[in-house]
Amino acid sequence: MIELSEIKKAFNQGRPNEYWALSGIDLTLEAGKVTAFRGPSGSGKTTLLTLVGCLARPTSGRVRFKGQDISGLPERFLTEIRRQSFGFVFQQFNLIKGLSALENVILPGFPTGRPRAELIDAAEGLFEQLKLSHRRQAKVEWLSGGEQQRVAIARALINDPEVIIADEPTANLDTALSREFMTILEGFTAAGKTVLLTSHDPLVVESSAVHRVVGMRDGKLVDQ
Amino acid sequence: MRRPSNVAFLLLATLFLAVVLIFAHSGQSTAAHTPRLLANRDLVVRLGLTDLALFTEARYTRHPSQADLHSALQDHPGAFDHFPTGSLLPPPALLKRPHANLAGKTTSPD
Amino acid sequence: MRIWLEKQRHLIDFTLASLARRKTKNIGLLVAYTLLVFVLASLTLFTNALRTEATFVLAGSPEVIVQRMVAGRHDLIPPGYLDKIGRIRGVQKMEGRLWGYYYDPVLNANYTFMARPAEEVASGTIMVGAALARERGLDAHNTISFRSYSGKLFTFEVASVLSPDSELLSADLILLSEEDFRSFFEYPAGHFTDIALSVANPQEVRNIAAKLSSALPDSRPILREEVLRTYQSVFDWREGIVLTVLAGAILAFAILAWEKASGLSAEEKREIGILKAIGWETGDVLRMKLWEGLLISLTAFLLGFIGAYVHVFHFGAAVFEPVLKGWAVLYPRFTLLPAIDGLQVATLFFFTVFPYTAAVLVPIWRAAITDPDAVMR
Ligand SMILES: Nc1ncnc2c1ncn2[C@@H]1O[C@H](COP(=O)(O)OP(=O)(O)O)[C@@H](O)[C@H]1O
Ligand SMILES: [Mg+2]
Repeated sequence: MIELSEIKKAFNQGRPNEYWALSGIDLTLEAGKVTAFRGPSGSGKTTLLTLVGCLARPTSGRVRFKGQDISGLPERFLTEIRRQSFGFVFQQFNLIKGLSALENVILPGFPTGRPRAELIDAAEGLFEQLKLSHRRQAKVEWLSGGEQQRVAIARALINDPEVIIADEPTANLDTALSREFMTILEGFTAAGKTVLLTSHDPLVVESSAVHRVVGMRDGKLVDQ
Repeated sequence: MRRPSNVAFLLLATLFLAVVLIFAHSGQSTAAHTPRLLANRDLVVRLGLTDLALFTEARYTRHPSQADLHSALQDHPGAFDHFPTGSLLPPPALLKRPHANLAGKTTSPD
Repeated sequence: MRIWLEKQRHLIDFTLASLARRKTKNIGLLVAYTLLVFVLASLTLFTNALRTEATFVLAGSPEVIVQRMVAGRHDLIPPGYLDKIGRIRGVQKMEGRLWGYYYDPVLNANYTFMARPAEEVASGTIMVGAALARERGLDAHNTISFRSYSGKLFTFEVASVLSPDSELLSADLILLSEEDFRSFFEYPAGHFTDIALSVANPQEVRNIAAKLSSALPDSRPILREEVLRTYQSVFDWREGIVLTVLAGAILAFAILAWEKASGLSAEEKREIGILKAIGWETGDVLRMKLWEGLLISLTAFLLGFIGAYVHVFHFGAAVFEPVLKGWAVLYPRFTLLPAIDGLQVATLFFFTVFPYTAAVLVPIWRAAITDPDAVMR
């Protein structure tokens, strides 16, 4: 489903502080599976996810999504693909403060022009699934870490994407909440979604919910 | 749940309506004022009036458009810049043209 | 089309929800903005109303007034001038006018005395302006005495009071017969204050003025268009004075609005990054901000304009009256004609709505074109 070939990514290219975060990645990711990227901090996991999720473009190499080369597309098309096909759960959750959980969840639906009532219905359904209905009108800054993450997950799902990208999803959670997250993850697989996540939490990478673990170090893949 | 955009549209629509009403009111009252205005214009024609009675305080301000014997502003009726010797507007460029081009061409000394 | 509409409504929903987060601050801005529009609109509405009224009414004033100059100063018209002017072709009608000022120590006010033909005002009687009548407590058939400049006392009977509707023109007028005028002011026989001309062909007015100047080199013609221009500039000037006084406040608001609109906090930058990461296009972010600017400035404009209209035409422009109308002992009472100049309103609209909206957009533009991957860090 997703093919990466000879991916390289440089930050601040051509300047004295040039830094190659990824230096030659070849990888094929299957649809409907959960893939975890493991590696020490700074090994380029997040950078790789931004390239797959159309948040950034590689310095060189190709990213193919469902057979289409997306590494050279203009920003408009990247945004379009990102909106339709990818849902993001960020490490810091990145909810918009001051808005309610519900308002946060329906945000990705705005550019699609779906009617508000429909979006709210969909959001209510997701809150139901994630056992968060009682908190839907609460402002997000008043929610606990686990609740915030579930709001972030609901937001990632509102446009019904094929791929869920989660960066360090359990870094801010305790063990019980992390386990709960793994349950949600199994739900994704059951629903046929492809999941990409990064983690160095053994609870995640060794879980049976994860189908494949890809090791990384210094911007390169390493064998497990 | 009330949708914020609906509230905003309602507010704006009300305000727009009020503005439309204002224009209607203005048009209507202007029409209502017409007889008074026409009567006043008749008075102006009959008495040959030239000014509004807004500045009755002193003789030299009563008729701003008529530079007269008592007027402080005898140069030009309603001159824009009245402050001593003008403070806002420069004199026209025409008046300030150097006269060097006349040197030697006139019979009287400059 | 429906999708587009729904999308714009989503963007408006979002921008309102974000504005609601800092309610006091944004309402404060809206109030300041509305106040500014209110002041500017009051000013334009008021001066425009006065200007419209003056232009309409004074369009009936004499086409040409001829004054005589002696040593560069205005002087009486000596006998014989009327005949000389009568020979100029194109002059349809001419009338020697007699008028002057009288200071009344009772009211500490100046009156304008104007002579009328005997068939209009009989000798021994006068017609008085309504403001004057009100201040001196005069009514029809009352008598009133004035001590002339030569020290003699003259007593007149008030034949009638001029219509209060015409106070704006006749507040301080005293109409009396020519005979009374001449004896009251000891005006030399055959002399006039000035001459009013009417011209057969309005297109010829300037030519006639030129002919007058050459036939009577010591005369000064004042044209009707100059009279009208005088009133345009008198009110322009007053408007300008108020604007100058307000300039500080306007500038202060401009700075406030610019600061508010263009200062992009780190928080807002982060939010734009989030929106882009979750699938908003740069254009969506810009449109969202555009709506914010438009909604705030449009609301402020409409509220301010409505407030100004009510203020000017229902409360007589209570706030600016002293500056715009001026003051006098004999001040006319008049109701303003609620005339609106569409072009002025449009100008005001443009200058209040456009700059703010632009100020909102400029910094967002810079933030919105940055890469969305920043939110992952
Ligand atoms: N925008 C950037 N500019 C410069 N260096 C960056 C930038 N983003 C990431 N890096 C660097 O790239 C490397 C890989 O980062 P990242 O992908 O976040 O690692 P990981 O997620 O595995 O911890 C790090 O050393 C980081 O400092
Ligand atoms: Mg990382």
